[in-house]
Amino acid sequence: MTTGVTDPFAYHAPATVREASQALSRYRGDAKLLAGGHSLVPMMKLRIASPQAIVDLRNIADLRGISETEDGGLSIGSMTTYQELIESDLVNSKAQAIAEAASEVADTQVRNWGTIGGSLAHADPAGDLPAVAVALGFDIHAASARSQRTISCDRFFRGYLETALRANEILTGVSCAAIGSGSGSAYVKLANKASHYAVVGVAAAISIGSDGVCTAARIGITGSGPHAVRSRRAERILVGKELTSNIIDRAAQRGGAELAGLFNDDVHASAEYREAMTKVYTGRAVTIAAERAAG
Amino acid sequence: MTTGTLIGQEVKRVEDQALITGRGQYVDDLRLPGLLHLAIVRSPYGHAKINNVDVSAAANAPGVVSVFTGADLAEQLGSLPAGWVLDEESTGMKTPEHPPLAIEKVRYVGDAVAAVVASSPAAASDAVALVDVDYEPLDAVTDAEQATADGAPQVHDDAPGNLAFDWSVGAGDYEAAAAEADVVVSERIVNQRLIPNPMEARGIMADYNAGTEQLTIWTSTQIPHLVRLLFALVTGHPEHKVRVVAPDVGGGFGCKLYLYAEEVICGIVAKQLERPVKWIEGRTENYIATTHGRDHIADAEICGTSDGIVTGLKVHVYANLGGYLSTFAPAIPTILFGLMLGGCYKFENLSCQVKGVFTNTTPVDAYRGAGRPEATYVVERMMERYAHEIGRDVLGVRRRNFIRPFKRGHDMPIGVTYDSGNYQGALAAALDKFDYQAFRQEQRAARSEGKLLGVGFSTYIEICGMAPSAVAGALGAGAGLWESSTVRVHPTGTVTVFTGTSPHGQGHETTLAQITSSRLGVPMENVEVVHGDTERHQFGTGTFGSRSLAVGGQALMMSLDKVIEKAKVIAAHEMGVDAKQVVFENGMFYVEDIQEREIPWGDVALGAYWAKNLPPGIEPGLEAVSFFDPENFTWPFGTHIAVIEIDEETGETKLARYVAIDDVGNVINPMIVDGMVHGGIAQGVGQALQECAVYSDDGQLLTGSMMDYAVPTAEDFPSFEVGRTVTPTTVNALGAKGAGETGTIAASPAVVNAAVDALKHLGVKHLNMPLSAERMWRTIQDAKEERRARRSAAARRGN
Repeated sequence: MTTGVTDPFAYHAPATVREASQALSRYRGDAKLLAGGHSLVPMMKLRIASPQAIVDLRNIADLRGISETEDGGLSIGSMTTYQELIESDLVNSKAQAIAEAASEVADTQVRNWGTIGGSLAHADPAGDLPAVAVALGFDIHAASARSQRTISCDRFFRGYLETALRANEILTGVSCAAIGSGSGSAYVKLANKASHYAVVGVAAAISIGSDGVCTAARIGITGSGPHAVRSRRAERILVGKELTSNIIDRAAQRGGAELAGLFNDDVHASAEYREAMTKVYTGRAVTIAAERAAG
Repeated sequence: MTTGTLIGQEVKRVEDQALITGRGQYVDDLRLPGLLHLAIVRSPYGHAKINNVDVSAAANAPGVVSVFTGADLAEQLGSLPAGWVLDEESTGMKTPEHPPLAIEKVRYVGDAVAAVVASSPAAASDAVALVDVDYEPLDAVTDAEQATADGAPQVHDDAPGNLAFDWSVGAGDYEAAAAEADVVVSERIVNQRLIPNPMEARGIMADYNAGTEQLTIWTSTQIPHLVRLLFALVTGHPEHKVRVVAPDVGGGFGCKLYLYAEEVICGIVAKQLERPVKWIEGRTENYIATTHGRDHIADAEICGTSDGIVTGLKVHVYANLGGYLSTFAPAIPTILFGLMLGGCYKFENLSCQVKGVFTNTTPVDAYRGAGRPEATYVVERMMERYAHEIGRDVLGVRRRNFIRPFKRGHDMPIGVTYDSGNYQGALAAALDKFDYQAFRQEQRAARSEGKLLGVGFSTYIEICGMAPSAVAGALGAGAGLWESSTVRVHPTGTVTVFTGTSPHGQGHETTLAQITSSRLGVPMENVEVVHGDTERHQFGTGTFGSRSLAVGGQALMMSLDKVIEKAKVIAAHEMGVDAKQVVFENGMFYVEDIQEREIPWGDVALGAYWAKNLPPGIEPGLEAVSFFDPENFTWPFGTHIAVIEIDEETGETKLARYVAIDDVGNVINPMIVDGMVHGGIAQGVGQALQECAVYSDDGQLLTGSMMDYAVPTAEDFPSFEVGRTVTPTTVNALGAKGAGETGTIAASPAVVNAAVDALKHLGVKHLNMPLSAERMWRTIQDAKEERRARRSAAARRGN
């Protein structure tokens, strides 16, 4: 068997985003970016993926780091590892769901290597971070050799392992508004016992006014369908109301309604079960986020 | 039983320092000059005819030295052996050919078709993709019951109906007992297929010396001597010119207990090319090319009185054997299963029939516990099923049916004799740790808050200490199952112990050194335990079936006794007294009441080699060899208790608490035994909650990696509460019964019983493993649905 040995490939480790993008262009779509490598390298070892070239992002200093934006939000470089997210006071104080989701990823070894940018750009249908990106309304920053742009998380995830990134673009980082007082976020998941990927994972960000009424709600769902989605139908039930358990139950019943007919069905869980669990976990994520918002 | 100072002490494992600091030597750490690397071309089909194998592109690829097909090597490779053949007349046993490289047909995904030899692992791997095999896919069958149906695809032409054997065993008259019984309860009990997952996958290196015709095979195995014997039988290469070495071996759990195709292929290819070759199994490859375990479909029936006396058990099993017979496969679902079905209970009527069935799946053989977990699962599940049916407490029913405590032999109706047992004692000790009444209160309180809690028991017994060779031979074993030892005392008094056991994680280097140190009064660091090399130790059976201490430990005791006996004669001569007067204690020979006459161990050892003052008729040197063939198996037992918590909304099921009381007889190193119990429980709970190998109908393994097959990890478990009762065996002088498999044998029924207990109020009677969240959720949904339907039907009737 060919186990454990990749096909031959060229290796580049440029120092700038511009050079990285040029390398991608040079291979005309047959190069892969390497961040933490915990999705890509296993696929290469199984020869499910055999790119002509690897463009390793490790030497690009600009892609690292967590900082506060001018308006008090959060900016995270794409090469920031899960472990750095978990340990960051800034992340924990401004957007708890990010740290929560990162701490749910695989195991320590993976969390030490895997990156937020890698997770979002790979867009695994069961990845944890995509749900959080959707719930926290991430702005996703992409750059090529010539241009830079920002993609809204609502338009970023396009399909199974498919994003809005162009072939020569590199995901450089994300930013989001802080979850301030009166707001709370949470990520909960039903983990696959083998891979620890989400069978169903739900992130929620909830804001509650001083009168106890929900002023904003965003819900991101992963694991359930071909890619992470936002559950606006569930959100709608919450906004403008006091979040009683009755209201949250009603919203939970709409959790993932957008995925009707699209629920994943595999050896780990049937579509029927995923649909039911999407509802349960929507309720749980909203409940925790609402408790945190109430504070 | 010796009373030496280290027996029963928690001595730290002497193996670990090297292993955890990267100084271990596994097969893949070994290098030889001129080493070539071998990779195997494997079938991607569950079942297919091979029309042609074109190796030309592969043979011309960079770095490739040679490519071999099954046809190229047919004569040299022979057919892999059936090491356990059941009585042909009564079982219709079939032993179809098993070519190490398939020639006409492939019978499972992973079946070896060709071997590529190249200058690097990468070159060999690349060239595998270039071997062009023209397959003609055939219909496949993966389920053992379906494989016996009319018109099912035929795996082997010479095994009609895919039946390898139809074996039965019984006692009393089950049908008569069932006819008279107040209650008869039946259930289909599936024991799902598991993948053993040792930390180190398999690996082999072979080297041939054309001058001496000596062939050396390093292999990650549990049975180096049997590999040598079987290799010689299969290939015709003389046994005395084969050396098999098991270096550090990173776990086995039974899956390294056979002669494998790759061992034969590497040996023959090394000989053919006169170059050393190495094959290292990848994890993905391991999932399809190394044996699986379990995979039983059992129809079980239990009968008894309405007040709790069990009178009989009937079990019919379809045992999936996979595409070929692995070396010991026929023994697992028969002898090691059927003979265990009496459990620790008094009932006298038993009927067991086992159909061993070929399917288009990876061969199935021993996996930790091997047959005994399957049997214990049926017995302990059916005991609780019966107790529920008659509305009695599961512990009360067990107590009513327990065999009374015995110290020297209890004859079972099935024809075996248990060595010693006190099943009540183990249960009582477990209940000392676990307050049953308090739990029942907690359970009721939890239920009223919408939380599902359940407790399950397993009052198990197992067969260990494999095995009396004559008994095993009569039952089909193709090899003796005794064990041997050599104790070599060096002139300075240090000691080398050679054992035929072949540890791969069990800590024999520590345990056997503890015994030796205690008996001879020499410090542990002056004892070296050597194992796993056919050139260094003359013969041994290996490590499996919790046999190493019960059989191998006893063989060591015998050699130590012989050495001491001779040393006493030499010491007596030196002291000028009769040997009978000499006492040997704490490393000192002395004569009672004569203080000035004492000689230390080292002086006697030196005297034995210096030989200037040996008694007449005594040969120089101090060394002894012993072979121990036990008169019976050993029969460890115990009580395990599991508490399960189920999330009613999602079905997620968690082990909340686990209490284990095991009786493995006398214990040499409690820490090592605890470690083995912990590991066993982890694997048993893993089976109950999450492990399951799944095939598609056409024979693709859908759970082909650790991303899909859920090996449990530490975070899946609470801290286990383990303890022991001690009922020594009479089968060996150590009084040791064996401790390697208790956890896997006891745990899965305890956990499933607990889950059924948690859902009993919903009308749930049985659950199949693994207790995945979805299975549990569905069970809860269906039960609630049924209850609603019943209530509305009752309401309608009420109207």
